[in-house]
Amino acid sequence: MADQERILPELLSKHQTQILESWSAEQLRNRRPGKAGISEEDLRGQCRDFLNALQEASQDDPSDDLQSPIWERARDILTDISREQSKHGASPSDIATFVFSLKQILFQLLQTEIGKRPEVFAREIWTTTLILDRLGLFTTQVALKIREEVIARQQSEMLELSTPVVKLWDGVLALPLIGTLDSERTQVVMESLLEEIVRTGAGIAIIDITGVPTVDTLVAQHLLKTVAAARLMGAECIISGIRPQIAATIVHLGVDLGDVSTKATLADAFAIALRRNNLVVTRTTPAARRQSAE
Amino acid sequence: MDRIPILKLGDFLLVTVQVDMHDRLAMNLQEDLTDKIVSAHARGVLIDISALDMVDSFIGRMLGNIASMSRILDAETVVVGMRPAVAITLVELGLSLPGVRTALNVERGMEMLRATISVYAAEYSEYHGDPF
Repeated sequence: MADQERILPELLSKHQTQILESWSAEQLRNRRPGKAGISEEDLRGQCRDFLNALQEASQDDPSDDLQSPIWERARDILTDISREQSKHGASPSDIATFVFSLKQILFQLLQTEIGKRPEVFAREIWTTTLILDRLGLFTTQVALKIREEVIARQQSEMLELSTPVVKLWDGVLALPLIGTLDSERTQVVMESLLEEIVRTGAGIAIIDITGVPTVDTLVAQHLLKTVAAARLMGAECIISGIRPQIAATIVHLGVDLGDVSTKATLADAFAIALRRNNLVVTRTTPAARRQSAE
Repeated sequence: MDRIPILKLGDFLLVTVQVDMHDRLAMNLQEDLTDKIVSAHARGVLIDISALDMVDSFIGRMLGNIASMSRILDAETVVVGMRPAVAITLVELGLSLPGVRTALNVERGMEMLRATISVYAAEYSEYHGDPF
C-alpha cells in the first residue's frame, strides 16, 4: 500500500547515532559481570553493522520476509555476530537478547515520533516486532547450528581417537576398545584393524574390551563380526579384558562366542600370542646378562 | 576369457584370480579345480583373490563349496589375500566362510598348507607305516 509510509527505515536512519548509543549502552549494562565477553569496541562495531544492514533491508523490502535476498546482508552479519558471541561463551538466549533488546529503544522512538497517531503507531509496532522476533529466532537457529557443528566435529574426532591399533610385537596387534561399540564404530574399528593387518602382516590380533562398559547382544555381534572379518584376512583374533560381570552377562544373554579364544587379561592374551609365534619370555639375572654380553 | 588358469606347484594347486569373477567363471573354476585335484593328486589348493575388488554372496558361497569339495577329495583349501573391504562385505552379508581356511598372502598360505600336510603325513605313517 503506497499510502503506508515506512516509518521504521526512516527512523533508523534519522536517529542512527542515538539508537546505536543507547543500544550498545543497554548491551553493556546487560552483560553479566565476571564474564569475559567481547570488548566494548567490538560490541559497538557489531551493533553498528547490524543497524546499517537492518536499515537498508527494511528500506528495500516492505515484506519483512527474512528469506528474501534483500535480507541476506543482515542475515550474514547476524550469523557473524552469533558466531563471535558464542565463541565468547554467550548462550543462545544471550544472543537472541542482543536482538530483542533493540525493541525497547525502537518502541520508545516510535512513540515519540508517531505516538499521536495510534493507528500508524500500532502498525509500526507490529512490523517492528515481527522483524525483530524473526531476527532473534534466526540468531537462535545459528547458535544451534554452531553447537551442532561442534558436536559433529567432536564426534568424528572421538571416533578417530578411540580406535587405535597398536603393534605389540612382530605379528601381534592389539586393539584396545574404549566406550560402547555401535555399528558405526564397529565399522571404523574393523576397517582400521584390517588395514593394519595388511600393512604389518600380523597373524594375531588381540581385541581388548576392558574399556567397554557393557556387552549386550548387539555389541557381542559386532565383536564377532570383527573377529570373522579378521579371520577372512588370515589373522586370528583373541578377545581379552573380559570382566567377570561381562562374562556373566554374555552367558545370561546366551551369546555364543563360537570358537573365538577369550582371555581375562591382555597379558594372558599376549602370552598366548607369543606362544603361537613360538616365542618365549624368560627371566634373567644380572649375572647371566653379563655373561651373555661377554 | 572364460577359464581361470590352475597352476600345479608340487603337491599344491595355485589359482590366482586376476579378473572380475562372474558367476559363469566361478562355476567353471569349481569344475576345473575338482578335475585337476583328482588328475594331479593335489594335497592342497591355494586360491589367491588379492586382485578381487568385490565378492558377492554367490562367489562367497562358491568359495565355500570349493573348499568342501576339495576336502572330500582330500585336499586342503586356503583362500589367501582377501582385501579388507571384501572381508567386511562378506561378514556384513553373513558369510564368514566357516569351512574355509584363510591366510594373509600366498606365502603364508603355502606355509599353512605345508604344516597341515606334514602333520597328516606324520599321522598316516604312524598308523600305516611310511607311505612313500
